[in-house]
Amino acid sequence: MRPFRYERATDAANAVALLARAPQAAFLGGGTNLVDLMKLDVARPELLVDVRRVTPRTIEQLPDGGVRIGAGVTNSDLAADPLIRRRYPVVAQAVLNGASTQLRNLATVGGNLLQRTRCLYFQDITTACNKREPGTGCSAIEGHNRDLAILGTSPDCIATNPSDLAVALAAMDATVQTIGPDGSRAIPLTELHRLPGSEPQHDNVLTHGELIMAVVLPPLPFATRSYYRKIRDRASYAFALVSVAAAIDLVDGQVRDVRIALGGVAPKPWRATRAEDLLRGGPVDEERLRRAAEAELADARPQADNAFKIPLARNAIVRTVLDLVEAAP
Amino acid sequence: MDTEIALRVDGADHRLTVDTRTTLLDALRERLGNTSPKKGCDHGQCGACTILLDGRRANSCLALAVAHDGADIVTAAGLAADGQLHPMQRSFIEHDAFQCGYCTPGQIVSAVAMVEEAATGWPSAVTYRHPDGTDGTDTGPVDLAANPDEIRERMSGNLCRCAAYANMIPAIQEVARS
Ligand SMILES: Cc1cc2nc3c(=O)[nH]c(=O)nc-3n(C[C@H](O)[C@H](O)[C@H](O)COP(=O)(O)OP(=O)(O)OC[C@H]3O[C@@H](n4cnc5c(N)ncnc54)[C@H](O)[C@@H]3O)c2cc1C
Ligand code: SF4
Ligand code: FES
Ligand code: FES
Repeated sequence: MRPFRYERATDAANAVALLARAPQAAFLGGGTNLVDLMKLDVARPELLVDVRRVTPRTIEQLPDGGVRIGAGVTNSDLAADPLIRRRYPVVAQAVLNGASTQLRNLATVGGNLLQRTRCLYFQDITTACNKREPGTGCSAIEGHNRDLAILGTSPDCIATNPSDLAVALAAMDATVQTIGPDGSRAIPLTELHRLPGSEPQHDNVLTHGELIMAVVLPPLPFATRSYYRKIRDRASYAFALVSVAAAIDLVDGQVRDVRIALGGVAPKPWRATRAEDLLRGGPVDEERLRRAAEAELADARPQADNAFKIPLARNAIVRTVLDLVEAAP
Repeated sequence: MDTEIALRVDGADHRLTVDTRTTLLDALRERLGNTSPKKGCDHGQCGACTILLDGRRANSCLALAVAHDGADIVTAAGLAADGQLHPMQRSFIEHDAFQCGYCTPGQIVSAVAMVEEAATGWPSAVTYRHPDGTDGTDTGPVDLAANPDEIRERMSGNLCRCAAYANMIPAIQEVARS
């Protein structure tokens, strides 16, 4: 690991100012991704600004019925929170399906959302990777791409976003609150991460020094019935091949609202808006679900080794929503 | 860059100067001579380095020592009190729940923390069996002894190269029962 300076921010404004002054600086949350990447020499910050004590570590109900989750809340505390478990089970489930308890005890909400791809080449500095070193090429396109994306890719990068939490939050229409050198703003979770295009080095839309302070969940009464299904190579402690976050609002057998987001298939948490639009306003059955899922996946561009993700994602959508429907009281 | 930090390890206070790059695992093993947490992967993937960090289990290989100045740490070596093995340690021995033993200190620390977490009602991915998620809203204690799948899921962050898993389950069930 390369030498670096460490500073503990005194407050959020101080954290932003410290980073703004140092182009090679990074915020430190639990360090479970950043320290790993520093050991691999993928991340080379000269200064780490520890933000765990200056980002809120509370989960609170808002006057409008929504819930604000502080960026410094650990993944464990988020998953165990009674309000989250009752109101947004899909969020607790997504967190519990990621990493291990030991990691979730360290990991923060802010760090989870900004964790970097697990593409093997990205993590191996002896290989070409446009995300790590722009312009060097993408080793995955002709290499091991079984785990990588089928939607939203570009000729420059086919990496997936690894966060389970982000998938659930995308389905819930969550918003991310930040403060940065230019003040504070709110960004819809679905717009936090970006598609690679010709600049795969930028995972997200945040500017240097922009600090995530909180995630806000809107009041979403029907989310009390929601589910996260994660499909992976082993039963636990593995990243998703495909995952689905879903919630459904059924009134007299008609879909009043439905939320579907996919993980493991794209460079960002993939909100399945096309499938949702096809389902809203009609009845729900296996056939309609299959057609909606197929429409969502119509633009999928698989690589040599990951075409299996298309039927897997289709079946996962169908099964997950059907499970919710069949479990309805 | 050198920084002075304080750590409480297995009940004893230490002051030490560490380079900012030092992880808690290296501080414990290389600086304080506590080799009970093991270095398996050094990347958060195996759990051999598991310690209790301010009461919660954590991978010490990804935690920077400077970021945990003032922390209260318990390693597997510190679980034994007054020369008496911790019940989890005794149960691992009685059930022959290890082979080479390299992963064992991490397994035992993890298991001790897990029993505590289940008692306080922390859910796991297995706690939500019902597709609509309502199972997980029961925030009461989780019965580990009756649910070996809960144990498997909650211990999945600790790998065992010797695959001694089969005997770890009854070892942990016994402690969870008592
Ligand atoms: C073996 C292993 C298995 C894993 N499995 C899974 C899995 O299955 N699913 C899953 O979702 N995750 C998984 N993870 C990843 C884990 O969830 C992340 O490492 C963790 O959530 C990151 O949080 P952190 O606080 O430790 O982030 P850090 O490592 O501290 O930071 C990550 C990034 O976020 C930035 N950052 C941190 N906080 C803020 C903030 N408030 N504002 C702006 N930027 C910030 C940092 O600068 C850095 O770039 C796994 C990790 C490991 C090591
Ligand atoms: S897929 Fe993206 S991250 Fe992976 S090697 Fe290609 S450019 Fe790098
Ligand atoms: S050594 Fe820390 S998890 Fe493997
Ligand atoms: S007993 Fe050998 S690694 Fe677990």
